[in-house]
Amino acid sequence: MSTKVDARGLSCPQPVLMTIDEIKAGAASEIEILVDTETSKENVSRAATSQGWKVANVSEEGNEYTISIKKD
Amino acid sequence: MRLKNVFATRWGIISIGLFIGVFAALLQKWGNPGNMGICVACFERDIAGALGLHRAGVVQYIRPEIIGFVIGSLIAAYLFKEYRPRLGSAPIVRFVLGVFAMIGALVFLGCPWRAALRLAGGDGNAILGLLGLILGIWIGTLFLKKGYNLGRTQATHAAAGWMLPLIMLGFLALLIAFPQIEGQNRSGVLFYSLKGPGFMHAPLLISLGVGLAIGFLAQRSRFCTMGAWRDFILFRQTHLLSGFIALVVAAFVTNLIVGQFHPGFKEQPVAHTMHIWNFAGMALSGLAFALAGGCPGRQLFLSGEGDGDAAVFVLGMIVGAGFAHNFGLASSPKGVGPYGIEAVIIGLIVCLFIGFTMRKGSKI
Repeated sequence: MSTKVDARGLSCPQPVLMTIDEIKAGAASEIEILVDTETSKENVSRAATSQGWKVANVSEEGNEYTISIKKD
Repeated sequence: MRLKNVFATRWGIISIGLFIGVFAALLQKWGNPGNMGICVACFERDIAGALGLHRAGVVQYIRPEIIGFVIGSLIAAYLFKEYRPRLGSAPIVRFVLGVFAMIGALVFLGCPWRAALRLAGGDGNAILGLLGLILGIWIGTLFLKKGYNLGRTQATHAAAGWMLPLIMLGFLALLIAFPQIEGQNRSGVLFYSLKGPGFMHAPLLISLGVGLAIGFLAQRSRFCTMGAWRDFILFRQTHLLSGFIALVVAAFVTNLIVGQFHPGFKEQPVAHTMHIWNFAGMALSGLAFALAGGCPGRQLFLSGEGDGDAAVFVLGMIVGAGFAHNFGLASSPKGVGPYGIEAVIIGLIVCLFIGFTMRKGSKI
């Protein structure tokens, strides 16, 4: 199952907290996180990796990024 | 596809920490006050003094380092296409947090940057300050875990993100138009110090150059002295913390080499030995920084990349410096100011109020 986290407009650590909450909820094996700064993109990717997840894809559209992470 | 940001790696953040540590210690050698090569709070306080927002005669100088931090970050943000004009995440709350962050810092006599530099210079009182800082940030993380959140920003006009950088360029223009005249405490519209920390400064171009370099590198690396502890407490992540530790180590080694390491508690430069208030002042600052999402340096770097809310926090700190000196809240080497203790208590109450009420699902 895949879920979405919309962290646009939020500054760190909120996007990371939201991502980790979703990981810990345990319901999804794939999560898409929407962020709008490069810093959030880096932080979310770093946090996902440290939780043992894999960054499957990062797509950029305008000033927004969609980070897809998967359970490794 | 963009180039990978090398400064966002572990070695990237460590290198910027080392860079800041070395150059902060050298700025002291080149004229900045003791253990104050770079102190964001003290330097913004000096700017407030130069503008006459407070009239503490010994701390009046437009510090070029602060200007450099903002403009350096702005240049990096534009070069790497990371300039994102944004605002609207509870600016008035950020202003209030900035005011109390400054008041707490001036009770301790330094921000987290200076706490690190004081430690690296052998000032034992910094240990109390750093412990207070960590406690304040820890309280902040409890609020974050409970859903504390100042809300989303909105994208805005590019020019809106230019406001603080333009204000900084305005300060630079004033500094160039009205340079210090020997033996006089005024030059045009600006106030200058004839003695004390405000009188001690490295040459303008050196201060500005180091400030620009740090602003540029810190924007790339996201260096943050509050995030260092926050991420460690929240996620056991040591990424930003390694930058903070690198700063302390580099400043310590540089101090040893240039003869600026003097261990002890008594008679340290621009410091007092009232342990409880060193601790509590910094706890207040740490909590305010945690609730605002960045240390005072990071707020300047964020302002440079277009974050209008961070800019409001910076203005809050500058105004807070006015309150701190006009109301007798700021400490001096003799100890805390006449109303410093009350201000710390009020500040903690205000920050707790903000932390408890501003979260998801809150009815207030």
